[in-house]
Amino acid sequence: MAALIEVRDLWKVYEQGDLRVEALRGVTLEIEAGESVAVMGASGSGKSTFMNVLGCLDRPTSGSFRLGGREIANASADERAELRCREIGFVFQSFNLIPRTSALENVELPLVYAGVAAAEQATRANEALRAVGLAGREQHLPNQLSGGQQQRVAIARALVNQPRLILADEPTGNLDTRSSMEILEIFQRLQRESGLTLIVVTHEPDIAAHFARVITFRDGEVISDTRQTPRVAVAGVRA
Amino acid sequence: MTLRAALRALRRNKLRSGLTTLGIVIGVAAVIAMVSIGRGANYAVQKQIESLGTNLLMVMPGATTSSGARSGWGGVSTLTVQDAQRIAEESSAIDGVTWFKRAVAQAVYGERNWSTSVQGVSPDYMTVRGWSMAQGEFFGQRDEDTANRVTVLGRTVADELFGPGEDPIGATIRLKDVPFRVIGVLQRKGQTMWGQDQDDVALIPFSTAERRVLGTEFLGAVDMIFATARSAAEISVAEEQITTLLRQRHRIQPGQDDDFTVRDLGEMAQASQTASRVMTSLLLAVASISLLVGGIGIMNILLVSVTERTREIGVRMAVGAKGRHILLQFLVEAIALSLLGGLLGAALGIGSARLVSALAGWPTLVSPGAVFGAVLFSAAVGVFFGFYPARKAASLDPIAALRYE
Repeated sequence: MAALIEVRDLWKVYEQGDLRVEALRGVTLEIEAGESVAVMGASGSGKSTFMNVLGCLDRPTSGSFRLGGREIANASADERAELRCREIGFVFQSFNLIPRTSALENVELPLVYAGVAAAEQATRANEALRAVGLAGREQHLPNQLSGGQQQRVAIARALVNQPRLILADEPTGNLDTRSSMEILEIFQRLQRESGLTLIVVTHEPDIAAHFARVITFRDGEVISDTRQTPRVAVAGVRA
Repeated sequence: MTLRAALRALRRNKLRSGLTTLGIVIGVAAVIAMVSIGRGANYAVQKQIESLGTNLLMVMPGATTSSGARSGWGGVSTLTVQDAQRIAEESSAIDGVTWFKRAVAQAVYGERNWSTSVQGVSPDYMTVRGWSMAQGEFFGQRDEDTANRVTVLGRTVADELFGPGEDPIGATIRLKDVPFRVIGVLQRKGQTMWGQDQDDVALIPFSTAERRVLGTEFLGAVDMIFATARSAAEISVAEEQITTLLRQRHRIQPGQDDDFTVRDLGEMAQASQTASRVMTSLLLAVASISLLVGGIGIMNILLVSVTERTREIGVRMAVGAKGRHILLQFLVEAIALSLLGGLLGAALGIGSARLVSALAGWPTLVSPGAVFGAVLFSAAVGVFFGFYPARKAASLDPIAALRYE
């Protein structure tokens, strides 16, 4: 079976007048289904651009990107939206929950766009919230939740459509150590239990240590790609 | 689901949503109130035309179209009973003719008295004017021939002279000190276009008026002739026939002014109706501008909202919203806003039309078509002015939207 993600000679070039920025310069790699990957690199190294392309938010300038064997480098906006809806779950550094909207409704959002029936939306969203340990907080608004809890709502939202790939952009960047550990613990459990593919951007080696593979970017190129035994995240008391 | 999301978004900013819809509310309310008042006015004018009698022509002595200084109608009486009778006999387009002479006189019954218009009329008066009796009966040809002292009272006079429970029929009242027996009371007819109370009359046979009460300059002089055309289409023919006949009878040379005036009441009514329609259209135009301004207000607020919620739009796109989902969401928000405004405005418009009726005494007539149309139009305003901001939202780049601070 082909790898979940196959990237060949991926280039992303931004041109603004005379200025030409090569954000990705011929990246080639494969990520198998079920892998847990940490992507590292300084800011401007191209890792964010790479994640945007993987997440179907952006199109590469050239090169090939196959997701589950399907070439999608040149997919249309609607096709990419469809992929984001069904195949990919996003977790952001700043949580990005919709304000003044309950946790449950935030989690239901991808189901709404996937065209899932209203009754099933609630059931699946409740389930996803339970999976991240937030049962009982369905009706809380984002500003009534702690940072760690908000990020867990965001993870539930990323999971609810049962995607094959979870992309997280510095998911612990705005969290304290304990909350960070909780998030990592959830990630590891999900991956263990449901075989999710997990790609996380971070620039903290402590966080990257919890992932089985570490890919490092510099100046738009992959400079190292190593495998390791991941450290097991142990959170303190569950909030 | 989109509707729910839209309503939730509007509820998040209650004050702003309320203020935004205000323009539409006022616009729709103004449109509906204006149409109601305009229609009410038209309806009232129509009622007045009907109350005067259908297809009615008035022939009055004296010229109103004179070039030099000349007295208007009511100056010197130049019309006679014979004129009226000849009109009835010779004009093919004319159905009925009646005539009267009148004077203001005191009506007295017991302790009560009332100054009213005493009118000597021909027996056909009721038919021609399309009037009917409330009580008793009208006088006939025999009363005319014998100059009987009988009278039929208008509602106002009957109410002024007789207390509640008193039966006017058979009572004897005095008109200009001449005793008359009341044989009937007329149905209420209301005001004329020029605000005259048509029920403030005491009708007596023409010959009685001429010989016993009002006196006359010469025998057979009348103050006015009423003629009805056979149909609305024949009004102008009837008018011409009367003019030709009277000019001939009065020996008026070609080039000389008429010594009488023929007036088509329908024409007058139409003129006043046209005037009220023009007024309504003008007010409607002003009200529509308010709708337009309201629409621009909605567009403005939605543009602010799109900017404000750029990040939210980015998130929605990241979790799988397509462009059209976002477009629809903002469009639905715009329509919800404007429709809400439209409905509130409709309620306010109907309410203020009622209020105008109650306070100013103007007749108003709420038109279901106008209410429906205005509400529908407000929704269309939402679509029209919501489309640009909605498209702007839908065409955002998800990455830029997510990064937006």
